[in-house]
Amino acid sequence: MNGVELPLWVTIPGSLLLVAAGFLTLTGAIGLLRLPDFFMRMHPPTMGTTLGTGCVLIASMLVSSALDQRPVIHELLITVFVVITAPVTAMLLMRAAVFRARRKSDEAAEADRGAPPG
Amino acid sequence: MNAVFDYAAWFASLCFVLAMLIALLRMFLGPAAQDRVIALDTFYLNGMLTLLMLGIRSSSTVYFDMALLIALFGFASTIAFAKFLLRGEVIEP
Repeated sequence: MNGVELPLWVTIPGSLLLVAAGFLTLTGAIGLLRLPDFFMRMHPPTMGTTLGTGCVLIASMLVSSALDQRPVIHELLITVFVVITAPVTAMLLMRAAVFRARRKSDEAAEADRGAPPG
Repeated sequence: MNAVFDYAAWFASLCFVLAMLIALLRMFLGPAAQDRVIALDTFYLNGMLTLLMLGIRSSSTVYFDMALLIALFGFASTIAFAKFLLRGEVIEP
């Protein structure tokens, strides 16, 4: 850390927050890889999006405040932005996936209906 | 006590990079287009978190601006992809 000694009230919560963020994000990514269905796979990455980002940004705020000897809160910008945009992207992707799944099943039903007479 | 924080920062960076690799794997594997889009979204977000960890570990503010830009562009690209999957066109006349 560039030779600057961090105080104890930053080291302990900062380390705990960073470890929690890494664990949560990695768990979310593994869930993205392992779950069998798209509608299930939608859920785990949101854990990294909300909790992981929040933990890292709070830790970043603590560390930069301790190093600069004054409150540094511009990391709140990213937090607010991510918290606002994550539900929007999730909802649009869900709508797109539902639309595509319904169109696919409609086409399959159409093919089934059309096959026997023709 | 700085050693503890260094180890925690290393652990978090390692987790974010591993999560990026896993998202990349899902992007290549993904059976449908929407799987690839959600994997790209996760990839963007973990890249942003990796940059933030670099900023914490080097105590520099340059990485913060890059992380904000990545968050902005990730949001815009995911919205564009979702719109394309939904309508077949991004900007409609």
